[in-house]
Amino acid sequence: MAISSIVLITGFLLILIGLWAMFVHKNIIRMIIGFSIIDTGIHMVMVALGYITGGTAPIFTDTITVANSSGNIVDPVPSALVLTAIVIGLGVTAIMLSYAVRIYQAKHSLSIDDCAEQKW
Amino acid sequence: MLKRLFMMLALALIALMFYDIAGNYSERSELTGISEHYASQGADELGAANLVASVVITYRGLDTLGEVTVLFISAAGASLLLRRRREDAAKEKQREYAESSEIVRTTLSILFPVILLFGVYIFINGHLTPGGGFQGGAVIASAILFFMLARPNESLSHMMLMRIESLSGFTYVMLGLLGVFLAGGFLDNRVLPTGEFGSLFSAGLIPLINILIGLKVGSELGSLLQKFKE
Repeated sequence: MAISSIVLITGFLLILIGLWAMFVHKNIIRMIIGFSIIDTGIHMVMVALGYITGGTAPIFTDTITVANSSGNIVDPVPSALVLTAIVIGLGVTAIMLSYAVRIYQAKHSLSIDDCAEQKW
Repeated sequence: MLKRLFMMLALALIALMFYDIAGNYSERSELTGISEHYASQGADELGAANLVASVVITYRGLDTLGEVTVLFISAAGASLLLRRRREDAAKEKQREYAESSEIVRTTLSILFPVILLFGVYIFINGHLTPGGGFQGGAVIASAILFFMLARPNESLSHMMLMRIESLSGFTYVMLGLLGVFLAGGFLDNRVLPTGEFGSLFSAGLIPLINILIGLKVGSELGSLLQKFKE
């Protein structure tokens, strides 16, 4: 099995594990951890899709020159996208954690069952 | 019970979708489309050895500006949500954290400058080696976190972090605007000469923008950590 398929499947498994954690747990902090796991899984999937067989980092050196780059470097676009996605994920996690702090201050509980006002 | 059943069903369906994607996936052996263009033309056009840096800073520079803005908004939102009422703040002032152990404090005084220097190294060489503004900024934020762990009773100046952050954000946009007048468009890096390929002073504006992003991300994450500590 190719390396990138292993990374791809691991990424998909992480997404499923994270979704499972978000569905099962009542504790808000655990849901946020589930979100982070999904986030990591998506990053792994994107990096795996950008892999080129036998490719190395897209940085030009003495051995990797512009002329022979096409089959020797991995796709730089997904790498740049993942770089963006990591930072955005960090920002979203920070906002979620600060909401969790506010909910704890207001209700003195971290269980999602205590936030019943918005329940359908 | 029914809820649990639906949950299993949803997960199974998502797993089926993923199974299909993973089953039909086969590794590529060549770059295609826009990446092919970046690989063959990127070095000549922008003069940066690190292709990811040229994609992040110049080709998709607008996305990076948006990303920096998202990070700024999330830091602002977190400080809005975590703000304290005045009487709480007065009470907080008297709270003393337990001193951390001597090992941690001694390690801080040895390692703190080294970690900062490493962060600066990462973002200055972002156009030549794996690295860049965001990674260097994260390393600097980890130095700030270490400082908070080792000396919990001292706090960094909010005002200083805020000034560094807004100044570097402002300069970033101004450098981007320079590109409109002196080069091909907004955030074009060829305002400065691209220089000798592979040397430190090359790739036009890319190292400068990396430095600004590094300072901005470092101070932003630092102030976020400070907010969470309080």
